[in-house]
Amino acid sequence: MIDPLIQDLTIFVLAIFVGYYVVWSVTPALHTPLMSVTNAISGIIVVGALLAVGAEAIGSTGDGEITLSKALGFAAVLLASVNIFGGFIVTQRMLQMFKKKK
Amino acid sequence: MSANLSAIAYLVAAVCFILALKGLSSPTSARNGNLFGIAGMAIAVVTTLAQPSMSGFGLIVIAMVIGGAIGAVIALRIQMTAMPQLVAAFHSLVGMAAVLVAAAALYAPESYGIGAVGAIKTASRIEMSLGVVIGAITFTGSVIAFAKLQALMSGAPVVFPGQHLVNLLVGIVIIAMIVWFVRTESYTAFWLMTALAFAIGIMIIIPIGGADMPVVISMLNSYSGWAAAGIGFTLQNTALIIVGALVGASGAILSYIMCRAMNRSFISVILGGFGAEADASSTGRTDKTVKSGSADDAAFIMSNAESVIVVPGYGMAVAQAQHALRDMADTLKEQGVKVTYAIHPVAGRMPGHMNVLLAEANVPYDEVFELEEINSDFANTDVAFVIGANDVTNPAARDPGSPIAGMPILEVDKARTVLFVKRSLSPGYAGIDNDLFYQDNTMMLFADAKQMVEDVVKSI
Repeated sequence: MIDPLIQDLTIFVLAIFVGYYVVWSVTPALHTPLMSVTNAISGIIVVGALLAVGAEAIGSTGDGEITLSKALGFAAVLLASVNIFGGFIVTQRMLQMFKKKK
Repeated sequence: MSANLSAIAYLVAAVCFILALKGLSSPTSARNGNLFGIAGMAIAVVTTLAQPSMSGFGLIVIAMVIGGAIGAVIALRIQMTAMPQLVAAFHSLVGMAAVLVAAAALYAPESYGIGAVGAIKTASRIEMSLGVVIGAITFTGSVIAFAKLQALMSGAPVVFPGQHLVNLLVGIVIIAMIVWFVRTESYTAFWLMTALAFAIGIMIIIPIGGADMPVVISMLNSYSGWAAAGIGFTLQNTALIIVGALVGASGAILSYIMCRAMNRSFISVILGGFGAEADASSTGRTDKTVKSGSADDAAFIMSNAESVIVVPGYGMAVAQAQHALRDMADTLKEQGVKVTYAIHPVAGRMPGHMNVLLAEANVPYDEVFELEEINSDFANTDVAFVIGANDVTNPAARDPGSPIAGMPILEVDKARTVLFVKRSLSPGYAGIDNDLFYQDNTMMLFADAKQMVEDVVKSI
């Protein structure tokens, strides 16, 4: 059985190559929307935050630790949501401005 | 939702994110690309909420509504000239979220399936450490970048003796803390490394000056990606790992493009201090003669020209002159003048900054050209209209002894006439005089950029 870490590493390295080729194909005129959309998709970190908020006391984890973890998760969901909504909306706003000659 | 089905859903989300970036290869496909991004995010969030262990939906909705509302209001109200600060602020949020998630995983490891309290898997401890350290650096670094861009603090480099040595020592202590944490899972070690990472985030951005901000923003973009990837490894979530890798690669490529456009190494930008001794080389030039003109002169020259290339820079953004500039171009076009725009990669405070401002002012994107596309046209152009740009047009870049030697410049000096809108003869960020000001075919238009352009429109 392969260690899950190795599988994750495989995905990570291949994704860097995908990112490399995809980003080089982005037209320089759209480098600002590129940054704002990467801001938005970085908000995917919300999945980690959701797991923290949704946690229940199990096994060795005490009530105090769960409460702390939930609080940290709550703050992280809030911050990541600012990124997701803010990032996608501002990107859409910018992209709508790029028009061809009439 | 079963584990296999979730994994497939996260994969679909990751493919959507790749398509979102791919869409940006042209303005026509970009809007659909953004929709793919939104779809990917929705899939990832719904999949996470559908996990069997999930609870606490009330709290989640509250957090998402508050955060979403704040994000939406900011995104709808922000001025386009303020995009660099906004992007810096968003980077800081990703960094902080990474710190919070790593801490949450530390206190409740079982909800992430990475072991029990006091017995978190070694690999997870390493991944958490990397996630929290990079996240913390991203957070404070972006806050400083934001403060510099928003002019809450001076954009000038902050340097002191022994700076690099201090940074190096703090870096070594952080590594020692990581080792301590990985061996013992000590909370003290975790919070110490986090605190030191916050400190070093400040330290590495303060010595970098205002006009190097395009590199800084790109670099922090990259860091925010690596922080997300670190957390993705901790959670063994493929969507998070893939996004982290995409964003990390994206920021790294943008940093590289920005450095290449200044012909400076990444290391020299990061070490900072560039332009700190700004007035040293600008003295002793007062004997040279400068030809200055009025708005009427500029209007006369341009309306009799066949072609005009506009070269915008950060000064145009500061003066909010993009709309007035578009009016000027429209008026000139009615007179049969061909108007195009030339953008240097590091014009402005972030990659693509000028393109967005011109698009905001309804300048069609097929009239806007990159340096390589348009540079050979200057020799056949009647008028180069430089507004708010300086160093990126400086012919001194061709002189091997100059601080900006080898920097690719817009060859404005080859145009038949150069009209240079500027407040004074002061040197630009690089701290060197621009010989263009003293050329026979240059006419300086001393004024605020917006005011000058409006006056030109009136007199045409």
